[in-house]
Amino acid sequence: MNKRTFGERKNKVVEHVAKLRTGIEGLDFLGNGGFPKGRTTLCVGSSGSGKTVLGVEYIWRGMEGFDEAGVFVTFEEKPERIIKNVKSFGWDLDKKIAEGKLTILDMAPSIMSSDTLVGAYDFTVLIERIKYAIKKVKAKRVVIDSINAFFTQVGATDKVRKVIFDFVDSLNSLGVTTLITAERTEEYGPISKYGVEEFVSDNVVIVRLVLEEERIRRTIQILKFRGSTHKQGEYPFTITNDGIIILPLAGMKLSAPSSTVRIASGTKELDKMCGGGFFKDSVILVSGPTGTGKTLITTLFTEAACKAGEKVILFAYEESREQLMRNAASWGVNLKKWQNKGLLRIFCEYPEVMGSEDHLITIKKEIEAFKPRRIAIDSLSAMERVLTLKSFREFVLNLTSYIKQREVAALCTSTTKTLLGGESVTEAHISTLTDAILILRYVEMHGEMRRGLTVIKMRGSWHEKEIREYIIDGKGLHIEEPFKGVESIMTGAARSVTQYEEEELKKLTKLQ
Amino acid sequence: MAKERKAKPGRKYVLKLYVTGQTPNSVRAITNLKKILSEEFKGIYELRVIDVIKNPQLAEEEKILATPMLSRVLPLPIKRIIGDLSEKDKVLLGLDIL
Repeated sequence: MNKRTFGERKNKVVEHVAKLRTGIEGLDFLGNGGFPKGRTTLCVGSSGSGKTVLGVEYIWRGMEGFDEAGVFVTFEEKPERIIKNVKSFGWDLDKKIAEGKLTILDMAPSIMSSDTLVGAYDFTVLIERIKYAIKKVKAKRVVIDSINAFFTQVGATDKVRKVIFDFVDSLNSLGVTTLITAERTEEYGPISKYGVEEFVSDNVVIVRLVLEEERIRRTIQILKFRGSTHKQGEYPFTITNDGIIILPLAGMKLSAPSSTVRIASGTKELDKMCGGGFFKDSVILVSGPTGTGKTLITTLFTEAACKAGEKVILFAYEESREQLMRNAASWGVNLKKWQNKGLLRIFCEYPEVMGSEDHLITIKKEIEAFKPRRIAIDSLSAMERVLTLKSFREFVLNLTSYIKQREVAALCTSTTKTLLGGESVTEAHISTLTDAILILRYVEMHGEMRRGLTVIKMRGSWHEKEIREYIIDGKGLHIEEPFKGVESIMTGAARSVTQYEEEELKKLTKLQ
Repeated sequence: MAKERKAKPGRKYVLKLYVTGQTPNSVRAITNLKKILSEEFKGIYELRVIDVIKNPQLAEEEKILATPMLSRVLPLPIKRIIGDLSEKDKVLLGLDIL
């Protein structure tokens, strides 16, 4: 058997292969347009990895989105079971069958078990049945799920291989775009159990179900599309009520429009520090240790949107609705009023309740439904708690790219681990993606804990470089004068600078 | 084997043989079956040979997975035999006659 090694690189063939849009969210992005048209793609994955759902959705999207009829060949589950199982996604296969758009072929080899076997036989009839079904509904898409059942029940591996080879051959000649699923036993290892990839290896898609730090993580990877391009690597996906959603990491056109329109931060002094306010489609990160007023800044930002008549969603991952309302009231902000006016939506959920993909999809759904001009996330670090570093990075990347495409202003908070100075994982992963970064720090001066705020980044705009002292009271946030005569504030251990030194420094900066 | 293997008199056997065109397996199955029928079922059988390439809908209705396939439609219950029917005893056994 001529086994191919996993990492083998093929020379790039310069050939144009037309693509068939699958209609599955994110998959067409990975496939640079879809599956290679008129060809067969093998989808391998372990048990429970989502192969059958992918297969059914591929057929369903074709019928729903592109008016392309389909044939679903099942070697494993009974048609009735498949129909029943996908009802939860809202896919009414019975209706499509009645409309003549779909045929489900029951080819479960178990039927054969009651038959007597006498002498030589072959499986060419299966191809005839598939051909017949394709002609009957004028199918453009075919799914064969899954060929393993055939191998295990029929046993004669060589014979079955030949059948599959013939399948692929005749399906390709019929001009249909086929998806064949096959089961594998390991997540990383040989592509499939029976070496079928040798026959249908032109295009291989792998779905994985990995347990990572006690959390389930689904990924999808296009291993190869011969003669055609596709995105490389593993991409996380999730199975939602609407089917499969793949989250292309860099989903991510960098063509996100940018605006010069400013929006109010909710604090006049802060607007001044940023050169007139945040940009209306920017991502703002507020970073600081616990108790420095991140939630306050979030609240003010939210209120400012409402005051301007803009819709806003507040995603709270650390506090309950009641806590938020009470806190806001203590700063003189009435969130309830804005909520009743329909301008504010508060979404409270502990991050532990779902996986990162689900969080992201929830956020997206909320945004699609409410259509806010601004969102606030308090806090991103809460996510850090429940995600692996890798998933967190993907989460942040995805979120920011989505926000940018929607032209929504987003303010995210991040909690630093140490009281004085320091940085958090959030900062490290999000900083390059953000347009503005506000740093809040405790400053130890003369035996007192004071608070300092500075804008360290404001993309596309002038911003103040000084570190300002601020005070929080019953009326909110008050930004005072810059700290004078001290240095090393950001590291937390402020040190007085003598008058002489200060003047020397001034001279130096003037020279530059 | 000295066992009585004659089909019961007065009974009528309705058989269908599904084949795929003129493939070697199909041709062999037809030859083998006709021989068995003339030896054991003279005058009491009705055979229909169905080419599933010409009549794929019939293969679909019967959910046929492999050919050649012999189906005993009558008497009930339905019995199915897959293969080129090269062993007479096994065929008779499969037809529930032996």
